[in-house]
Amino acid sequence: MEKSGEAYWKATLGLLTKILMVWFLVSFGAGILFADMLNNIHLGGYPLGFWFAQQGSIYIFVALIFYYGKKMGEIDRKFDVHED
Amino acid sequence: MDLQTTIYLVVGASFALYIAIAFWAKAGSTSEFYVAGGGIGPRMNGMATAADWMSAASFISMAGLISNMGYGGGLFLMGWTGGYVLLALLLAPYLRKFGKFTVPQFIGDRYYSKSASTVAVLCLLTASLTYVIGQMTGVGVAFSRFLGVSNEVGVYVGMGIVFVYAVLGGMKGITYTQVAQYWVLVIAYTIPAIFISIQLTGNPIPQLGLGADLIGTDISLLQKLDSIVVDLGFDKYTTSMPGSMLNMFLYTLSLMIGTAGLPHVIMRFFTVKTVADARSSAGWALIFIAILYTTAPAVGAMAKLNLLRTVTPGVVMQNADIYAKDAAVEYAKRPDWMARWEKTGLLKFEDKNGDGHIQYYNDKTKNEASKAKFDEAGWKGNELTVNPDIIVLANPEIALLPNWVIALVAAGGLAAALSTAAGLLLAISSAISHDLVKGVFNPKISEKNELLAGKFAMAGAILVAGYLGLNPPGFAAGTVALAFGIAASSLFPAIMMGIFSKKMNKEGAIAGMLAGLFITLFYVFAHKGIFFIKGTDFVDMIGGPNPFFGVSPEAFGAVGAAFNFIVAFAVDKVTKEPPAHIQHLVESVRTPRGSKAVDGAH
Repeated sequence: MEKSGEAYWKATLGLLTKILMVWFLVSFGAGILFADMLNNIHLGGYPLGFWFAQQGSIYIFVALIFYYGKKMGEIDRKFDVHED
Repeated sequence: MDLQTTIYLVVGASFALYIAIAFWAKAGSTSEFYVAGGGIGPRMNGMATAADWMSAASFISMAGLISNMGYGGGLFLMGWTGGYVLLALLLAPYLRKFGKFTVPQFIGDRYYSKSASTVAVLCLLTASLTYVIGQMTGVGVAFSRFLGVSNEVGVYVGMGIVFVYAVLGGMKGITYTQVAQYWVLVIAYTIPAIFISIQLTGNPIPQLGLGADLIGTDISLLQKLDSIVVDLGFDKYTTSMPGSMLNMFLYTLSLMIGTAGLPHVIMRFFTVKTVADARSSAGWALIFIAILYTTAPAVGAMAKLNLLRTVTPGVVMQNADIYAKDAAVEYAKRPDWMARWEKTGLLKFEDKNGDGHIQYYNDKTKNEASKAKFDEAGWKGNELTVNPDIIVLANPEIALLPNWVIALVAAGGLAAALSTAAGLLLAISSAISHDLVKGVFNPKISEKNELLAGKFAMAGAILVAGYLGLNPPGFAAGTVALAFGIAASSLFPAIMMGIFSKKMNKEGAIAGMLAGLFITLFYVFAHKGIFFIKGTDFVDMIGGPNPFFGVSPEAFGAVGAAFNFIVAFAVDKVTKEPPAHIQHLVESVRTPRGSKAVDGAH
């Protein structure tokens, strides 16, 4: 059990790292650091960097949380620590 | 029916609904009072969280701020939503597994220390009290603008309404009223936005309208807005940023961490049945929040365009010369809504060049070419001052929408302020009755008496909040920075380390919380005065405004949080590690199996 507890936590941290990387990239990356560069590309009437800062990052945040919920459920079951 | 009567009817109906819910959802046990009995579904909790979260500032002020800041306003949008990713991934499910009533109780148990929970209670009270002031003034503003009564009467009525459902129902009453308030506020926000989007772009979905072409032209709305504001000497709308890129980066990060660390939001996740529900509930909360938060930038940009269209009629839809003599509207022929809002002082006109027309432009521009054009046109300074709050409040009137839409916006603003106030008041009263009365002073208190203490604490908190709302300490704008700064620099790191580091001990956690709190308060107070008392600011002593790499005090929470982490790990290294049973506690918090209903046992 001790072993599987550690493995479970490692799998959890791996998932969190992946998701937080995307979280960082869409908001701080596309919305701020690279916004100027992305503004040369247009999404309809939206300059892309502006779109990420005021629209896109929010949609992706929502998707990230539901993805997290689903993947955590799978990890819980794999290591047999899920709720009944 | 005249406007005033319509507003009274709509607002009255919404209040009647909240009071009806209060009598239906009375709290009979501490579990119902603190966590609504612990059986709220994830979707319903998501709705309640959305209303809990979206405050008077989100509803009334945010779109106006975005409208003024342009692209840079995105820091509010990303900051106040990105925090939910942190909350969902790092805190909510684990705190739910821990299964106790309050945030300070987690900190006290995890760090096996009454001092740790007392520090947490202090942080919670400061953050929540400063936050609740803004809500109470928001209630007063909404009342006085729309119902034609004084600020004071507005605050008293607001206190009365919250009193009925928060004291009677605790978290249970608050949860169900918040669900109702969510619908009132989101409908009130989106309907005017849909109408405006149709008027300007022909597209009924504001999120798409913002990226569409202006109706009847082949130029995009944002491009047109960019070119007009640049002609008027402002920064380009789609790229203008407050301060440096580093400042925007840290500001956004501070709002995110602060959002995740605010106790009144975290508490909502104690009301769901399981750990899995806590995870999905955060997602639902963000969906419900996103409906308003993705609409807000459309409202901001479109209202700005509508304002320009009012002031310089031919310029937006045709290509009239903006500097021409008759381009600006004559003051005598201005629309009714301008006259109405001038009475409130939120809109001001001063005919500086005496030509009877309204010139609205940036007279402080550094661009010489623009200045020359302004001079040539005979402009003698900007003549129109617009308070950002007007963007949402007067939006329906600017777009010439019917009276019932205006009434709905009034009810929505009140719903936003009241729902957030109630959540904050519950965080305050449960910290007092559960963490102080039961946790520190009288651990043997019976459940019945604790419930009574909770209700008394709630009533007391409402009185204090009302008093502060009526006599705001003159720093209403600074309060939000303070609340987020405290949550980010003290509570968030302590909770996160409690879950993600098995070895973090009480010495490290307490030192970290105090260090983060102290440095953040120091920086904020240096700019705004000690406890915001006028004349006690000492910013010159630390090297002038924004001495830390040009970071503004609002953006400093992230720096405070980093400070907290560093101090905590340094102190942790040189003191002895936490006892074995605490390390087991952390292990059990990390796995969902064995989650039970939230309770109050110490």
